[in-house]
This record gives sequence, C-alpha cells and structure tokens, in this order.
Amino acid sequence: MPGRTHVAARINGEQTDFLCEPWQSLLEVLRDELDLTGAKEGCNNGNCGGCNVILNGALVNSCCVLGVEVDGAEILTIEGVAQGDHLHPLQRSFLENAALQCGICTPGFIVAAKALLDSEPEADEARIRHWLAGNLCRCTGYDKIVRAVLDAADEMRRAPAAAT
Amino acid sequence: MVTTDKPHYNVIGTRPVRPDGIDKVTGRALYGADISLPGTLHAHVKRSPHAHAIIKKIDTSKAEALPGVKAVVTGADLPTAEDGSRADNSTNVLAGKKALYRGHAIAAVAATSEHIARQAADLIEVEYEVLPPVLDVRDAMRDDAPIIHEALRTTSPKGPGEKPTNVAAHIQFNFGDAETAFASCDAVAEGQFSTKMVHQGYIEPHASAAMWNPDGQLTIWTSTQGSFPVRKDSSDVLGHPISKVKVIPTEIGGGFGGKIPLYLEPVAALLSRKTGRPVKLRMDRSDVFEGTGPTGGTSIKAKLGATKDGKLIAGYADMAYEGGAFPGSSVMLGALAMFAPYDIANVKIDGYDVVVNKPKNQDYRAPGAPAASFAIEQLVDELAEKLGIDPLKMRRMNSSHEGTRGPGGMPFRRIGNEECVEAALSSAHYNAPLEGANRGRGVASGFWFNVGLRSSVNVSIQPDGTVNLIEGNTDIGGTRASLAMQLAETLGIAYEDVKPMVVDTDSVGYNDVTAGSRTTYSTGMATHQAGLNLVAEMKKLLAPKWQVTAEEIEFQYGTFRAGEQSGSFKDVANQIVGPNGAGLTASGSVNAGIIVGGAFGLHIVDVEVDPDTGKTTILRYTAIQDAGTAIHPSYVEGQMQGGAVQGIGWALNEEYYFDETGRMANSSFLDYRMPTTLDVPMIDTIIVEVPNPTHPFGVRGVGEVPIVPPLAAIANAIYRATGVRQRQLPMSPRRILETTRGIE
Amino acid sequence: MQDFGYVAPTSLDDAVAVLAKHGESARVLAGGTDIIIQTREGRRSVEMLVDVKSIRETTELTLASDGSLRVGAAVPCARIYSDADIARRFPALIDSSALIGGIQIQSRASLGGNLCNSSPAADTIPTLIALGAVCEIAGPSGRRTIPVEEFCTAPGQNVLKPGELLVALNIPAPAPHSGAAFERFIPRNEMDIAVCNAAASVTLSDDGGTIKLARIAVGAVAPTPLFVKAAGDALAGKPASDSSIDAAAQAATDAARPITDMRGSAGQRKHLAGVLTRRVINTAIARAKGA
Repeated sequence: MPGRTHVAARINGEQTDFLCEPWQSLLEVLRDELDLTGAKEGCNNGNCGGCNVILNGALVNSCCVLGVEVDGAEILTIEGVAQGDHLHPLQRSFLENAALQCGICTPGFIVAAKALLDSEPEADEARIRHWLAGNLCRCTGYDKIVRAVLDAADEMRRAPAAAT
Repeated sequence: MVTTDKPHYNVIGTRPVRPDGIDKVTGRALYGADISLPGTLHAHVKRSPHAHAIIKKIDTSKAEALPGVKAVVTGADLPTAEDGSRADNSTNVLAGKKALYRGHAIAAVAATSEHIARQAADLIEVEYEVLPPVLDVRDAMRDDAPIIHEALRTTSPKGPGEKPTNVAAHIQFNFGDAETAFASCDAVAEGQFSTKMVHQGYIEPHASAAMWNPDGQLTIWTSTQGSFPVRKDSSDVLGHPISKVKVIPTEIGGGFGGKIPLYLEPVAALLSRKTGRPVKLRMDRSDVFEGTGPTGGTSIKAKLGATKDGKLIAGYADMAYEGGAFPGSSVMLGALAMFAPYDIANVKIDGYDVVVNKPKNQDYRAPGAPAASFAIEQLVDELAEKLGIDPLKMRRMNSSHEGTRGPGGMPFRRIGNEECVEAALSSAHYNAPLEGANRGRGVASGFWFNVGLRSSVNVSIQPDGTVNLIEGNTDIGGTRASLAMQLAETLGIAYEDVKPMVVDTDSVGYNDVTAGSRTTYSTGMATHQAGLNLVAEMKKLLAPKWQVTAEEIEFQYGTFRAGEQSGSFKDVANQIVGPNGAGLTASGSVNAGIIVGGAFGLHIVDVEVDPDTGKTTILRYTAIQDAGTAIHPSYVEGQMQGGAVQGIGWALNEEYYFDETGRMANSSFLDYRMPTTLDVPMIDTIIVEVPNPTHPFGVRGVGEVPIVPPLAAIANAIYRATGVRQRQLPMSPRRILETTRGIE
Repeated sequence: MQDFGYVAPTSLDDAVAVLAKHGESARVLAGGTDIIIQTREGRRSVEMLVDVKSIRETTELTLASDGSLRVGAAVPCARIYSDADIARRFPALIDSSALIGGIQIQSRASLGGNLCNSSPAADTIPTLIALGAVCEIAGPSGRRTIPVEEFCTAPGQNVLKPGELLVALNIPAPAPHSGAAFERFIPRNEMDIAVCNAAASVTLSDDGGTIKLARIAVGAVAPTPLFVKAAGDALAGKPASDSSIDAAAQAATDAARPITDMRGSAGQRKHLAGVLTRRVINTAIARAKGA
C-alpha cells in the first residue's frame, strides 16, 4: 500500500503541514493528527453536521473529505472562529440565547451558521432552518439555536466589523 | 410564565450565561472521544451479526498475529458474576455463551491504531449456531416462543413461575374495583396500542478510556450520566475493589438515560490490564444503534370509562414492554405513570416485562411513560368526543391534584397539574382558530415522577470572597448553572461569584446519576444545604471578631448582621478567610428519596396531514409545564422544547426497523430520521410555577415530562385532521397512508 | 476504513490510464459523499481512488451559446444551483441539486457522482432523464456517449467498463415553451433518501393549449431510475388537462415495480409514483407557460 502523503493546507489562518494515509478523512486528520478536536464525529457519514468545517469557502462535512484532498486548501474549523479572546457574534449569541445544552453539536452549528451569514447576512428564519437542516441537535428542539443565529445575524448587520 | 406566589429571589429566575459555555462554543470542551493520553492504544469491539445464536467458538489467533495488535479480550476474560442484574451487566458488556441480539459485543481488540484494531476485529473468527430470534413483545409471550434465557422464570405477586419463559415479571396494580365501575360507565373507550423500539439519539457516540496501573489502581475516563454508578458497576463486572476504581467524567454529549449503563468501560479496563497501557474505545453510530440500550417497544391494551357528565371512574391497562435481551423493561414506571394525570377511583393494571432478541432496554427520558400516555391520552380524547366535551375541559374536570391518590397509592402533595390545564385553556394557541383543510389540533397531558436519590457537594471560599462549588453530577444541559444559581441565592452573592466544577469520583462524596430529573432538584438541595453550612461556619468564625455569639448573627440576602454590626458575604469572607486564603469549606449531602413530587405538562399541537402522501406537518406547538420554580428559565424552556421535538420524532418517524433475522436495517442517522430544523416550528413554552413543597426553592425536575405528551397530542391532532385514530407508532407517512387509504 | 491508494490525475488520459491499470478495484472520487462512506463502511471494495477534481473536463460548467448545458461530472451541486443563468433555464436541475443531502453535501456532491453511484433513488437521475441528458464517457478505447436513461443497470451498477469514467453530462437546450420539474417524497423535509421521486419535462404548443412532447422519469420504484415513455406518450398531442395528466400518472404507477424496505412500502411507492408524477407534470406545465 502507498505510504503517508505530505499535505500542506492553511488551517485557521496558519500554514499547516501533516502526513496522512489516503484513507484518513479530514475529520480524522483534524482530530487525531492536529489535535483540533472541536469538530465532532456524530455519524461519520454526512448526516449530522457535527464535523462541519469551511473548506475553501464552502461548508463541508469533514468526515466526507479525505485528508489527501486538502493539499493547498484553506480550512476554517471551530477553533478558528473566535479571534483570540474575542468571541464571534454567533458564539456570544449561542451563549446568551442558551442555544446549547450538551454542546456536542454546537461547534458544527456555529461553523455552519458562520458559512451562511458570511454569504447571506440577510438570512431569515426559513433560510436558516433550510441551511441548518444538515446539522442534528437532540437537546434543544432547535428553537433557541435558530433564534441565536437570527440574533447574531442582526448584530452582524448592525456592526459588520464585529464579525471579522 | 404562570406563577403562583413565590418568594423574592435575586438570582433564581434570571438567565445568566452558563459557566461552561465558552469552552462549548469554541470547541475546547473535551467530550469522551476527545480524551488523549500519552501512549494510548486504540481498541475496537467485534459485535454479533446474529440476533440469537450460541457462541460455539471464538478464535482470536489471526487477530493477535496482525502487526500492531497488543491484546484481545472476550467474555471469558470477565470474572463470573452470580446474581441477576450483575450477571446481566457483565454478559451485556461482553457476551457469554450466547449472542442475544445483533450488535452484542463478542470480543475486543487493542492495537496501535483504531484502523488496525478494526482490521483485527474482522480477523476474529466466531463460530455461531444461529437460533430463531424473537422480535415482537407479544410473540415472545406466546407459549411456543423460542426461549432466550433458559433459567428465566416469571416473577409475579403469586411467586415465581415454574417453566422457562420470556416473561420476566408480571406486575399488578389494583385500586378500587375497576370491573364493577366499568359496568356503571356511560361511555367507554378502548384500544390496542403499540410503539416500536426507539433510541435516545444523543449525538455523541459512547467513548471511554481506561488505565490500569500495575498497583491495581484503575482510572476510567468516560462520557457518562453517572460516574459513581460507572465506578460501582465497573467494580462489580471486573471483580475489582471499588476503592481502586476512579472515574473521571468527561463532558457528555447527550444521554437522555442512554448513558447510564456500562458498555465500553470494563472492556477498556481489561485491555489496559493486559497491555499495561491506556486504552481508548469509542463507538461509531451503528455501534450506538445496535450495541447500546434504546427503549423497548410496547404493546398496550387499555380501556377507560366515564359517566355521562365526563367524570372518569374506571381504567384498565394490560401493558407488555420489551426488556430487550435482558429483564428490565420500563413497564413498572409506565404502569405507575399511566393514570397519574387523572383522579380515577377504580384502576386495574397488569404489566409484563418481556425479553426479546433486541438490545437491552435502557432508560429513555421519562422511561415507560410516553407509551402509556400514547394510549391513555387518546382514550381521554375519545371519551371527550363521545360525550361532547372540550378535551381540555374534560381534563380540567378530572385532573389529579393535591390529595389525589398518586402512582402506587400515596396521595400527591401540592402539584401543578390543574394549573397546566388552566394555562392551556387560557393560552393564545388554544384560543386561536385553526382553519384550513386537513388540519387538526390535539392536546395531551403528561406526568413524570422526579426522583430524588443521593447527592453530595463541597463548597469552599476563595481568598477573594468568591465560592467554589465542587459537584459530581455530569452537566448535560446546564446544571452547573442551575446549581451555581442556587448557591448564589443561598449565599446572597452574585452568580458570577460562584465557580462550579464537576470532579471525579475520588474528589467529592457520592452522587447518583444525572437522570430522573434529579440534578437541579437533589444536587440543588445538597448545594443549598452546603451553603447554609458554610454560612454557619462563617458565623462561628465571625462571632469572636464581632464579640457576639454565633446565634446572635443573622444572615439574610447576603448580609451578616448582629445589632449595629453588619457585613456583606464578601466583607465577612475577607475578614475570616483573609487575602492569604485560609481554608473554609462546607459540604452538603442529601438522600432525597425515590419519588419527590409529581411534575406535569400539557402540550397543544396543530398539524396538517397531506392526504396524498400521508405526511404530517407540525404547524404550531405549545408546551406547558409546571417547573415548580424555574431556576434558569431559558434552560427550563430548552428542556421543554427539546423534549417536545424528541417526542415529535418518536411520534412521526423514529423506529428500529428490523428485518426478520433481527437486523436493524436503519442503523444510521440517514435512515433513523430524527427531526431536523426543517421538521419543526418554533416551540412555544408556558412555564407554570407551583413550587414543590419538598424543595427549599420549590424546584421540580423538568427534564423528562416534556417527552410524555407529544405522542398522543399529535395522534389526537391527526385524528382531527383525518378522522382516523392512530394506534401504532410511528405515525409515519407510510402508516398514515395505510390507515387512511388502505395502501400497504 | 479499508486501505486504499489515492491519485489525482490532471488529465483525462492520465485518469483513464490509472483506472485501466487498476481495473475493477479502482473507483473515481469526485465529491466523495457516497464513495468515501461506502468504502469506510465496507460496502464497496476499493484499492485505488482516482480523484478527478484536478481535470479540466470534469470540472467545467458551461452554458453554451445555443442554450445547451455541459456539466463536468465532478462539478458540485452548489456550483450548479448558485449560477443564476442555469437556475433560470434549468429549474428542474435546481430542484434536484438543491435537495441532495444538506448544504454540506451539496458543496461536494456532483451530478456525475450521483449518476455513477447508480442508486435507484438518486435525486438527479430522473431530472437528467426528463431533460434528455447524455453521458459523455472516456475510456481506453476513446470517447462514447449514452443517454442517461441507459446508464444505470442495477442498484449500484452501471454501463461503465473498467478503465472508463464519466466525463460530463450534456443537457440539450430547453425547447421554446417548455418546462421541467422534479419532486421527491421523503418523510422528513431534508436529509432523507427518496421514498419515491419523479421528474417531468413538457413542451407545449405555441398557444400553450397542447402538450407537444413530454418526458417522464420516476425513481426508487425499480432497480434503476425509470424512464417512463408511456407516461410521456400519454401526454403527447393532448391538451394539458386533468385527464391526460391522470393517464400519465397512471402510466408511471403501472411502470413502478418497487420493493418494501425500511424507507417505504411497495404500495406506498407505487401510490407515490402517481402522486408525484401528477405534481411534477403540473409544475412543468406551469413553468412552460411562465417561460
């Protein structure tokens, strides 16, 4: 079998090099090789959104991407959403709206919602629900999550700099 | 919010940010699978492909020969357990002579990577003699059913049965004289109801790690609802002294009852003992579906009778619940919960705990109650219709209340059942017209006990006058916040001045599971008690400084006062603890009993059913619930909303879909069909507050009640929309087409 | 996950060469949303994954001046539905590509992958059939084309031979006064595999009163997505009336030969084939009139 492949990607703004087996998913690489355990494995087949990352600007399930595919790519994980000690409006909004209970799905939801609001700052409830349908939460019934995203969208529209 | 009189609180009732929040929105919180120890080996469990088979031989030689493999274990590595439930725990963790369900753990491999461990597991050769499986609860009760446990005999009020059976227990309740009462009823409704096996569906798969030191010290890291029960059960299953087992709970990604039992912990421990290295084990999603404990399917025959003016006077239920592969269904709790929302003089219940070749039944949020409610709440609706009474007014007329005979015979203390019905009657939702074709509105009540059990906490003052709260209940849904708030209220300090932390089993007194709606209630009581004890200690130390006796010092709303002298909590803390941080600690321990007061809810739902496809859309949903006192109203609402949506999933689509061999055909999140954001509307909430007299702040547990009403509320709404009663779950489009149009 | 190799050729010739070298044990990787999962779960045996996302021909999305559309086999769904011109001209394609999995899946999943995965329940195949799309295939013995309705041969099986790969799908320009639509039925509102799905394209007469031509396809009711010629024939030359649409729906129901499994019952699927066919024809007619 072929050996490990050298891959270089920008992850959360940092040039990152790693070696991976062809069969390792991006999720496994993030968690097992790079200690970025914020992306969670809930289903490992693209049906829960717990492992969401933004890959070259597009929201993807990192369990459905191979590590070897991301050479040269730009990747944002939950660990890169806050800027130092400055939380992203979505992160603050999730806290203030009590939009998490156990919290295991929270990184995936925040990454997914960021991908939405980055491209569609005017997203309304219907659009948010449609966009987030690939993220499962079993605790909240989604009510407070959707409200948190609506609130964050509102804040980001009023003060766009806060979201950078 | 609907609130009866309650004291003025400063912290309780506010909505602060949870203390563990930052870690959870930044991805830093460490859950079961995130634990990483130096030198860790990774393990994988080999599971039975058969639902019922004799294990004739396990050959691990090829697996052990694979480079990178460090150890293999099977059930033979576990000490023989003698008594019933201990033996069942052990046999469920690693199978003994038989595989009892598909997914039953047979062996496990530890290797240098999970990749190798999985390959090695495939190389383990197991020789099976496949037996016919029993998959349906009523089939399993038949005399000619294949027997799952040869030694099993029915326990019943008449004593143990004589012949092998799949019926582990027959329970009976009898109040009044139901038979005679039915004869005098003006209206009777009855039906046969069934529910399928369903899973709690927590998003985090189980994950554990263990390190067995050569001196016998065993440390277990695990995602669990109860680190102390894991310690006890691991000690039992491994035959290892409990004092040598330490359990370190990780953050937990949902449980709903499903993360109480042992699965991976003793297996990781055995592998660690064999290899001398830390071993990590985690499940994938199909392992979770097939190898952990969902809640079993049920079959309930029920009958309810009323007088012509709507008074319920007689009830009967024959309830058969699946225990899965071992005795232990939720039938007792279901039977006790069934008639609890109503004041009915004459009730008779027969309940059966039945084994089948499916995963071992475990608790799932209000275990036993949703299936019972699915039956009884539809019958109440039918009687209301027959008698021409509004379904809510029917409930108001018959609601259980303080003094009504509660489950098991003891009268209820002060409960908020009637207040929930009143809140529903006056709600905007119930008073809004529902217009349009194929639409219907349904209501249903729900009850849950709330358990007390044992809790212990420690509190200590820090040099700056803030307080640490050391507790042992893992925080699944915001209990760090709800406990810190109760301590802040007790001490009259700011919520931000309390730092709660969940610690391991060696670092705090005993705590029962985070389950049964008990943590905010019981651990809250322990926290309150610890706070009072801390204040008492502070008075003792303050007295000589103020030159008064401790008894002369009063403490209220965070201020110590004796005559002219007074000081805030922080001032006094500073005086007696000082900037160098001389220690001052106190503890609180409670054993709050088993059943600590009833909690009730009532849900209202509007649906539209597509007559061409049979698909039900939830148009509007309101959940009403008595929280006693809502400590953190946002998290109370969150429990109500989450429970409602879990119930919507159970009602409409969720089920274990077995083929005839006992293979679950839909063991993925793709085909198990839990609700997504697009399947539900906003869930409106009305919190009713009728303080619980058994709790210092009036708390009632809120976690479980909200999954009880949705099944019947939706069934009642579908009936109004289609004219067809629903007796089976799930009420999937397929089922609706079958029942409304005869399409099969 | 099984061990396998990975290669990302940058030309079609290289891709064909590596596929030919590895034969049956090689599979093409585009978005990976099926093949990575199937390989991980042991449902497909793979020794070499050939990533075709570095090849120009498989990643181009071209709306030609004659109105025809060429979709590289590896173009992700999100790129298709994000293109306003394509969305306006091929709304049925948007119906399909915007509901595969969640947004996360649509960032990666491609029409080519959906077709090559050859699931009977695939959500883009009925649309491609209805639109008269043609597969462009490259292999060791050169290029060939085949209509989409002839591509799938059994669940998970298709006409591709070892060494061959799907390069692109060519969708002809919609005729004047034509419209198309796709709909699927799932128990939830997203994230499910179709219990049944259907697509229709219709071309109306200049005055809009008569259906000149129609193509109907239904999915998840047979081992492969079905092109139901009889349903189109039932509409051709007829007025766009309830009775002609009912006849087409009946033809779709008659063509369906579904199974019962965890996703739905045979009776339910047969019934839905008629319901959905009726719905997509009505939408297609409305779109044709609006166009």
